[in-house]
Formats: sequence, structure tokens, C-alpha cells
Amino acid sequence: MEMTKKPKIKGMKYEDFNDNEYLENMVKELNANGVNVLVGVLDDVVNWGRSNSLWPLTFATSCCGIEYMAVGAARYDFARFGFEVTRASPRQADFIMVAGTITDKMAPVLKRLYDQMADPKYVIAVGGCAVSGGPFKKSYHVVKGVDQILPVDVYIPGCPPRPEAMLYGMMQLQRKVKVEKFFGGVNKKMSQEEYRRILREQEGMPSPNPVAAQAEAKDKE
Amino acid sequence: MFDFSVVTNWVHGWLMSLMPEGLAILVECILIGLGVLVLYAVIAMMMIFMERKVCGAFQCRLGPNRVGPWGVFQLFADVIKMLIKEVIAIRHSDRFLYNLAPYVVILGSVLAFACIPFNKGVEVLDFNVGVFFFMAASSIGIVGILLAGWSSNNKYSLIGAMRSGAQMISYELSVGLSILTIVVLTDTMQFSEIVERQADGWFIFKGHIPALIAFIIYLIAGNAEVNRGPFDLPEAESELTAGYHTEYSGMHFGLFYVAEFVNLFIVSSIAATVFLGGWMPLHVPGWDGFNQVMDYIPGFIWFFAKAFFVVWLLMWIKWTFPRLRIDQILHLEWKILVPIGLANLLLMTVCVVFGWHF
Amino acid sequence: MDIYEKITALVPGVRLEEGATPTLYVEPASLHEAAVALRDHAELQFDFLRSLTGMDWGEEGLGVVYHLESTRLGHQLVMRTATADREHPELPTVCDVWKAAELNEREVYDYYGVIFINHPDMRRLYLRDDWVGYPLRKDFDESEELNPIRMTNEESSDFTSVYVKDDQGHTVETKQVLFEDDEYVVNVGPQHPATHGVLRFRVSLDGEVIRKLHVHCGYIHRGIEKMCESLTYPQTLALTDRLDYLGAMQNRHALCMCIEQAMGVELPERVQYIRTIMDELQRIDSHLLFFSTFCMDLGALTAFFYGFRDREMILDIFEETTGGRLILNYNTIGGVQADIHPDFVHKVKKFIAYMRPKLREYHEVFTGNVIAQERMKGVGVLSREDAISFGATGGTGRASGWACDVRKRHPYAMYGKVEFKEIVFEEGDCFARYMVRMKEIEESMNIIEQLIDNIPAGDYQVKMKPVIRVPEGRYYAAVEGSRGEFGAYIESRGDKYPYRLKFRSTGLPLISCLDTITRGGKIADLIAIGGTLDYVVPDIDR
Repeated sequence: MEMTKKPKIKGMKYEDFNDNEYLENMVKELNANGVNVLVGVLDDVVNWGRSNSLWPLTFATSCCGIEYMAVGAARYDFARFGFEVTRASPRQADFIMVAGTITDKMAPVLKRLYDQMADPKYVIAVGGCAVSGGPFKKSYHVVKGVDQILPVDVYIPGCPPRPEAMLYGMMQLQRKVKVEKFFGGVNKKMSQEEYRRILREQEGMPSPNPVAAQAEAKDKE
Repeated sequence: MFDFSVVTNWVHGWLMSLMPEGLAILVECILIGLGVLVLYAVIAMMMIFMERKVCGAFQCRLGPNRVGPWGVFQLFADVIKMLIKEVIAIRHSDRFLYNLAPYVVILGSVLAFACIPFNKGVEVLDFNVGVFFFMAASSIGIVGILLAGWSSNNKYSLIGAMRSGAQMISYELSVGLSILTIVVLTDTMQFSEIVERQADGWFIFKGHIPALIAFIIYLIAGNAEVNRGPFDLPEAESELTAGYHTEYSGMHFGLFYVAEFVNLFIVSSIAATVFLGGWMPLHVPGWDGFNQVMDYIPGFIWFFAKAFFVVWLLMWIKWTFPRLRIDQILHLEWKILVPIGLANLLLMTVCVVFGWHF
Repeated sequence: MDIYEKITALVPGVRLEEGATPTLYVEPASLHEAAVALRDHAELQFDFLRSLTGMDWGEEGLGVVYHLESTRLGHQLVMRTATADREHPELPTVCDVWKAAELNEREVYDYYGVIFINHPDMRRLYLRDDWVGYPLRKDFDESEELNPIRMTNEESSDFTSVYVKDDQGHTVETKQVLFEDDEYVVNVGPQHPATHGVLRFRVSLDGEVIRKLHVHCGYIHRGIEKMCESLTYPQTLALTDRLDYLGAMQNRHALCMCIEQAMGVELPERVQYIRTIMDELQRIDSHLLFFSTFCMDLGALTAFFYGFRDREMILDIFEETTGGRLILNYNTIGGVQADIHPDFVHKVKKFIAYMRPKLREYHEVFTGNVIAQERMKGVGVLSREDAISFGATGGTGRASGWACDVRKRHPYAMYGKVEFKEIVFEEGDCFARYMVRMKEIEESMNIIEQLIDNIPAGDYQVKMKPVIRVPEGRYYAAVEGSRGEFGAYIESRGDKYPYRLKFRSTGLPLISCLDTITRGGKIADLIAIGGTLDYVVPDIDR
């Protein structure tokens, strides 16, 4: 099948990016069943919006965090790409830059932060520690790669990566977002029923009693 | 000066020729409602774009420049993103109030927005107690923020909401006092009238010292009322993560975000209307040639130029000043601004009684 | 051996051990008595606990090494104690004598499982409560099965344990309440924009007023000290840069200096010059970042960008010579990694000429601002006594009137030969802490200016043996890091690996005084205080 979508990034040629095969394979996989033309066009519009408005979560654990701040500062300025609005609340962020070492104690917290984010959400592993454990691979208290606990979209190696590398990684994420399918793809919106079911399971409640079900039905309007 | 009511009258006449009066008024209401909402959205986008570019300039950065020429389409991307973002339902929250809150905030904001006279004849809500209505409408937002903070079941949100409650209700007083000072000068509360009275000179010039004091108080208090830095305590990013809207995602958060920026515009445009002559051009008594040239510039351009000038002023302040602490904010209001405002009101009354104004 | 004679005469159960560093051995039973005597005796006055290191001496059991110094008389002392019981090791606490011991003893409990009798808060400091084993013990089982990554959310207990001796001499555990049920406890961190990393506070609030605060560390605890025990000396250097990444040069300097002193390496002048200049550049870099982030914490966002803009110039200078921007890997045992770049001198001079007017701009933008002054003055006052007792060195200590600069107390590298003022303020509030750092930027530039033109020719690296072995003994060396005394303590048994390597964290004492100085303040004050204490979390957790 021919590659139909080539994500464009302003000022940088498609060929100049690494890992183009990965994107091409991804597109092939996504388009295996064919795409509805209308949905395809809508997808393009939505993806254009999403890829140009990726807001990061203010999150950093160690050294890479300082370089991440430098990316936001005057010389590198990721605001140019629309990454500007770093949100301190995970609810409002689109992607999480795992900048720094993730320790065993931090792992559940990070997972929770990820769970608190609203879909669609992405993860970038920044620096050796987040990619694989880096210099602390032998430690008793370090997670050997954040991909053990979160699905990672882009890896940015380095210790710490240069700001240019971070920008490149963010551009790669943009490209990835651009070729994704939004409708029926990353739009994993949960239905009310499913959400309520999960809620019940988590709270350890058995099947809903009739009174509660009635109240719920009323709640649903 | 072009009077926009020619257009509205023509539309009204045309509609009346097509349908009965009741229906025509209904259609007009819908048209105006749509118009207000579209303008609201456009202003919101302009404001956010301006904020980013202005703060970029202050901070030696470029700001958004990759999406479209000079990054002008950045906001459209943001809007699309916001619209499709998941709206998370929070467990153990008061679901109804939680979902209602952003709409209450936006409702207050739109109502206040509708009071603004953009041009001669473009006044959506214009009646004899317009100033009262504006004050009342803009306070609805506080209810929304309190609801948001309370229903989120989050301690940060609650602290943020309580802060905003204390802060906004206090500063409402100073906003009221400073506008009242001008009402004393004009003896009208209708926004269109207030603008008309400034044909021979803006109130900031006509009312001289008390008007200037009122203007400064209004800028400070207005800035505080819309929760902008240095008064951005309710959301205080570095203290309460995102304050009262910590738990909001997707478009619900977007509504708060938009309302914040449009509220800034509203405050600025009321400042422009009440103190800087609204859509009235700059007239210097005696310079007839100059005045005539000024008259050629349409009113809405005058209005937006003034409003955005005030916006720019407030943005400058926001990006430069550090944040106040809650006790300092209340101290500033109750011990400094309110007494000055009251004394200023008295001064203005004396001036008006003895005719010491222009 | 005047001091040693005095203390052995004062307290029974104390004996002197000769060696590379003379050490006072104290029986656990008389430890507390000895500590009080050391602090209170008019001719001893050891009021500053520099470092507290937990140890596993294998056969001899578990113990603690204390590094003491008198701020008035200037003398130093190394003291140690040990208990042979590996199953239920118990030692008396000294945290009522030196407040600095409070968190440090919790660290020892966490690492070695040593219970400190009468310690008011005996919880783990870094690891989760459900962690199995004590990681720094030599017999610790590191297998994944024992301690897998636990993905369950950690419950923060509202209780803590206090161990006391009853009449019969048995140890009794009692539960103490940390937070009552009806307290409004707010969790700040680990992901929070103002904690500067993954630190976590639990704050009990009364409205906006802080009633008490508990610090939770360990979210970035990487076990560097344990890793170092299986690394050769040159390898351990790599990890120092990642402790306090804003003091990368200085941290590495401390460890290199410790090893060099132990091995008796004489350094060429050129190396000393380069190291001093680099340390000071790093200090300016760190203080600029402090200014930036502190302004951001207070909500003045534009100042943040100014600081970062100017910081980039230092990073450029670093990059040319070392190849790194943040993690520099520059100092080596016996020298530095590479000679300075030909452009180095020129660029540094250009930077200093550029920086002086910029500093004035900072003061105009931020320092002079009435809101900034209101937010800082009189907020978070740390008294001189508390600063010493907590061991809060660096800018924090100097702001409280304690002249604690290691560069003056124990001059190293070129610091003995250059002229510079030690900036000391008396107020101890946020404003003093802020001003100390801003003034230190100027002092650092003065130091660099004195050195930059006369860097002598010579080698930048002493020829070292391929395998570096440190002779048996205990060694401690400290430098003035960007935010306080940064020390490296090595206990060597003559191998190519350290037997124990401990870093005196600059940040741990700083956060230990947080509870004291935030009480009664507002939430916003907590942010301002945290900002001016200027801690770096990976340095605390190590």
C-alpha cells in the first residue's frame, strides 16, 4: 500500500527526520481497513489542531527538568510550536515529558498522574534515566525505563538531552499525532455505563441495587 | 460619526415587512444573540493570541510563529484541541454543580460583554441602569468560580475558590466606587449616554484629578476582579497548581480559560468607555481641523484601540509584577483602595457641586 | 590532641582511635551524654553537626559517624559509635542536641534499620513503608522479587513511631499522631510547580495559615551511595554531577578533592585555578537559576526568562570547554578532563562585562518591586541558632547571620589566595536569603576576575595510576556548593572501591528547617520560603 499521509513540519523536510519507517508502518496499519473519505478529512483537521496545540504537564524529577525549562526559555522557546501553555494540572495537559529518573516510589505517582490526564494523551521519555534507567540502571530503587509503567510515544536519549534534541523529540510527537486516526482511533472516550461499571468495581460495590440504579438513571437525565 | 443604528433599523424594517412583529423581534433576538457569541469568541481568540505575543515580547521570546503566518492560526489549533479533549467526570464530586460551574462563569461573562457599547448604535444591552446591570452581571462569575471550587472535591480547588470569593467580592466594591465617581460626574448610568457626554472631552480629562484617581483605582480593582496577575491568587499556578479549575479538563476548562481572557477585555473596555470616551474620537477643543480628521476614523476602531491599549497595560502589569498574598490583597482593598475611593467620591461630588470640572 | 583528652576525661566510655583521621569512639550508652558535653562544654562548643553517616562495619555491627565543628572555636571532630546487634540495632538519638540529626537519623534508620531511641519521628525517610530490607546494609538482598515496583498508591500514615526505654530497659514502641482526623491536610507535591522537583509536603492548614508541615522525600531517591560501593573511584565521579545538577562542578570537586587528599596527590596550580573559576561560574549559573525560579514562584514570570537568557551564556562557556551544558563531567582525580578552550578567557571576561549591568536590571525588575519586598521581608525567619543547629549552610545560613562559607572556614583550591567578601545578612528572612544570593553573584565575578588573567601554564592533569586505590581510613572533604556545604565522606579499606561513600547533602538540612520557619505563615509564604531556601531535590534524596 502506498504511503498516503506525510506529516509536514514547517521548516524541516520529511526526509530529514529519523524513524520515518516507523511512521509509515503506523499509517499502513491504521489504514489497513480503508478510510472513509469524510472521516479522513475530519481526522486531518482534528489532527492538525491537536498536533499544533500539545500542552505539556509541568513535571520534572531531576536534571532533565532544568534543560526542559531551558527549552521553554528565551533561546529555544517551545512556544513557537504551540507547546507554550504548560499546565500544572494533569487534567489540562496533553502530554507528559518524563524528564528525569523515575524511582520505585515515584512510579505509582507518575502512573496516577498519567491516569489523571484527559484523553488523548502522550508520553515522551526524556533522557537516559527515563528511557532505560540510564546511569542508575544498577540501582535498587530506579525504574529501568519509564516504558515499564507507561506507554511511551517518543524517546529522547541524552543525559540530559540538549534542548535541540528535546525540540526534535517534540516535533516527532507532532508528526506522530498528525498521522493518527482520531475517530475510532485515539479517541478512547468511555461511555457513561462503562465508566460507572469501572467505578463500581473499584469501589468494591456489587451489582447496583434497584434504588441506586434508579437514582443513577435520574442522574443521567 | 457613523451611526450603526441605521443598519439595525433597516434590518428591523425589512423583517417587519416579512413577518409579524413578535416573530421579527424573536428573529432579531436570535441574530443578536448569535452576533454576540461570535464576537465573544473572536475577541477571546484575539485576546489569547495577543497575550501570547505580548508576553513573548516582554520575555525576549518570539511566541507562537509556526502555525500560519506569525502563528495566527495557533488559536484555531488550540480550539480544535480543546473541543475534542476528554471531559473527565470526577469521582465523589457534585456532578451537577461541577458541570454547571463553567457555564455560570461564561454566562456572567457574556452578559457583561453584552453591555459594552462598541460603536454608536451597537449596544446590545443599553438601558438607564446599565452600570448597575453590568456590575450585577459580572458578579455572577464569582458564583461559578465558587461552585467550581466547591464541587470539584479537591482541596486546591476549594482554597482557590475561597480566595476568589474573598478577593472578587472585595474588589467589586472598588470597581463600583470608581465607576460611581464618574456617574456622579455624568448623572447617568446608561453606557451609551456616558459615551455621548464625552463628545467634548473624555472624562479622564474633564474630571481631572478625581477622575484620574478613579481611573487608577478602577485599573487595580478591575485587574483584581478578573483574577489576573498580580492578583491571580485563585489560580496561583505556583501555589495551587491551577486553583479552582484544577480538576476541569477539555472544553470545561476551555470555558474558564476563555472567560478569563474575555473578562479582561470587558474590564478594559469598560475602562475605555467610562474614562477614555468609548467610541468617541479624540477631540481637542479649538483644533477643528484635527478634530475633523479624527472624526473620519470609525467609532469601533477608536473603541477597540482604547480597549486594547488598556488590555496591553494590564498585560504589562501581569507579566512584570509578582503575585500578592491573600492578606496583602485584602489589606490593599479594605485599608487602602476603599478609603481612597470613598474620599475620591466625595471629592468628585464637591467638584461637581461647585462646577470645578471642565 | 587537646579536645580529645578533654572529652575522654569528661565522659566515660569514650576512647580515641588513631588513624588517617583521629576518631573518637563512643559507647552507645554514653553517646547522648557525650553529645551534650561536646555541645555545651565551654571549651568544646561543638554546635554544628556537619554530617551524620550511617555505617555497616560488618563484624563490628552497625553504627554512625558524626562530623562535628564548632562555629565559635573553629575546631573539628570526628566521632563514631556502633552497636553489634544486627537484628535489633538501637542507638540513642542526638536530635535533641543537634536538630540536624532528626532527618539524618531517619535516613540511617531507612538505610540500616538502626532504631534511634527517643527520636520523635521514627519513619522511613526515602523508601516506601512497605519496602523490605535495609538497602545500605552489606547483606541487603537486591533481588527484584523482594522489592518489585509497587504500583499501588502509597498510603501516608497519620501516625509515627517513637521508641523509648521503659524502666526495665526494654525498648517500647509508642504511636504518635502526626495529623489529627479533623485537620485540613493539604498535600503539596510530588508533582507541584513550586516544589522544584519531586518533593512532597503534607501541610496542615487553618484557613490559609500553616499549622505544621511534614516533608516526604525519596521520590527521586536513586540509591547513589549504594551504587558507589560497587563502582571504582573514577566511576563514582560520574554520579556526583547528577546529585545537585546546579552544582555539578562543585560536587565533583568535593569528591575529587577528598580522594586526592586521601592519596596525597599534589595538584598543579593550573588545575586549582581552573577548578576555582569553574566552581564560581557554576555558582553564578545556580544563583541565576535561583533568581529565575524564585521569581516564577512568586508569579513574576518575565524575570524568569531574564535569568534563563543570561544563564545560557555560562552554559555556552561550559559547553566549549567540557562538552556538556548541565552535566559537565569535568573534574577528574588529579586534574580536569580537558584543557580550557582557547576562547575561554575571552568569553568569561565578556560574560562578566555583560552580567554586571544585567544584575542592575534584575534589581529594577524584581528586587525593588514593592510587592516582591512585601512578599519577602519578615517572612520565614530562621534564627542563627536554628540555622546552626539544623546545619543549614550556604546562602540560607549566611542570611541568618552565620558566616558558614567553607571557602573561608577551610579554604581549598585558590580560595585562600583570592580576596572576596563573605556576604552575611542578619535578618534571616526570605529577603536576606534572596539578597545573599544576588550579592554572591557579584562576589563570584570578583573572584573570577582576580584569577582569569593569571591562569598559570602547566599540566591540566596529574599522571595517575591506572587503578586508583585510596589508602585505608576515613576521609571527609567539603566544598562550598551552590547552596551550602557539600561534603564527601569516604571510608576506604584500601580497595579500588569505596567501602562507604556518603555525600553530605546541601538540601537535607534546608528542608529539615522548613517546618520551623513556615509555621504561622500562609500557603504563599511556603512557596516563597521554599524558593529562597533554594534546595535541589535530587541532592536531598541522592
